[in-house]
Amino acid sequence: MYEFDFSFLSDYLPDLINGVWLTIGMTVASILPGFLLGTVVAVARLRGGPWAQRIATIYVEAIRNTPLIIQVFWLFFGLASLQVHVGSFAAAVIALVINVGAYTAEIMRAGFQTIPRGQLEAASCLSLSPFQSLVYIEVPQAVERVYPALVSQFVLMMLATSIMSQISAEELTGVAYMIQSFTFRGFEVYLVIAVLYLGLASLLRVVLLGIAEVSFPRRRRLRTPL
Amino acid sequence: MSGATHPMVRFHNLHKSYGRVEVLKGIDLEVAPGQVVALIGRSGSGKSTALRCVNGLERFQAGELHVCGHDLAAEKVDLRKLRQDVGIVFQSYNLFPHLTVEQNVTLAPRKVKGVGSAEARELAREVLAQVGLSDKVQSYPEELSGGQQQRVAIARSLAMHPRLMLFDEVTSALDPELTGEVLRAIERLASNGMTMMLVTHEMAFARSVADQVVFMHQGRVWETGPGDMLLDPQTAELRQFVGNGL
Repeated sequence: MYEFDFSFLSDYLPDLINGVWLTIGMTVASILPGFLLGTVVAVARLRGGPWAQRIATIYVEAIRNTPLIIQVFWLFFGLASLQVHVGSFAAAVIALVINVGAYTAEIMRAGFQTIPRGQLEAASCLSLSPFQSLVYIEVPQAVERVYPALVSQFVLMMLATSIMSQISAEELTGVAYMIQSFTFRGFEVYLVIAVLYLGLASLLRVVLLGIAEVSFPRRRRLRTPL
Repeated sequence: MSGATHPMVRFHNLHKSYGRVEVLKGIDLEVAPGQVVALIGRSGSGKSTALRCVNGLERFQAGELHVCGHDLAAEKVDLRKLRQDVGIVFQSYNLFPHLTVEQNVTLAPRKVKGVGSAEARELAREVLAQVGLSDKVQSYPEELSGGQQQRVAIARSLAMHPRLMLFDEVTSALDPELTGEVLRAIERLASNGMTMMLVTHEMAFARSVADQVVFMHQGRVWETGPGDMLLDPQTAELRQFVGNGL
């Protein structure tokens, strides 16, 4: 009869906490730059000149059709062999931003396309510059339309940080692997880690939905669900 | 038209084509300051296209067009400058749905002209009062009826203090009751001396509010005159167009 043993929880608590913090850190550091990158790329694809459109398309397709872990390795080991040394946290965040930026670009592109042309014409007829129209009219509405898709994408990105132990960033999964190699309690360790990821993912969703609640006053007023 | 004042809008032999289809075949038209000009005609007669040329939404291939001192035939016409002088209201309102009525009205004054937020709020109150919507400042567009939304759109244009207002079939999407409230708002503007050009299918309104009615047909100014010309058409085309409408 197998006897469960969760005593590693107390023995390795500081490691677990560090792992959780590192996972949160990578996620938080990547969301905003990833969103901004994706938005810029979406605008480049929709409005840019021929070259901007081409470059944006190549970027999006290249990233979405290669594994994240290869992108991370390429950044971390590839650059190291060119004598460019990036720390594992920095490499992880850069890779995540580049990765999530490509997916965000496609989501935002769909969001921009839902905005009726007439609104853009009206903005331009009010003498708003293309940039002002983008910032005050288009981005807020596009984000609102695709918000659930963006939330899913960022949660997926948070879960994807689990591969960063491969470049020796000791995030949650890395810590789990370390604990299990000392205790051989794979069942218990990964069960606990899964629950922790579940908790983190739920927390991230709650935080992002809270941000939506503050950012979209019209929805709050009219009680329209996201 | 008095010779002393320069016309605010002057079309001279203006031609416009979409590909090989010529939609404006030499338009000549003048609008004096304070004048209300109604463009009428069938769908496809070029009236909306002519109106949209006035604030640069449509470019043209030949001829001249001067609007509030801007030469629209010039290579480098500054559309942002032009559009601070020329407001436009569309059939489909085109309000910004994520912004309140007040934010819709004050966005351009704040961002384009740098009006401060207290002053902008005052400005919103002033222009919304002009269209009879003082109580809707904090509403969102979707909480309003079509007629109210269209009046907000008028207020939004007025907030930029344009010298000329363009109305492009602004009541075509509204039922008769809502049409009435929008037309009354436009009428009030006209009586306050606003210069305006309007494309409309409301013949009775065109007749009563316009100083000059322009009947367009097949890309040309076919017949033009004071409002009462609608009662006594000189051309067969206008007679047929007016039909038993009046």
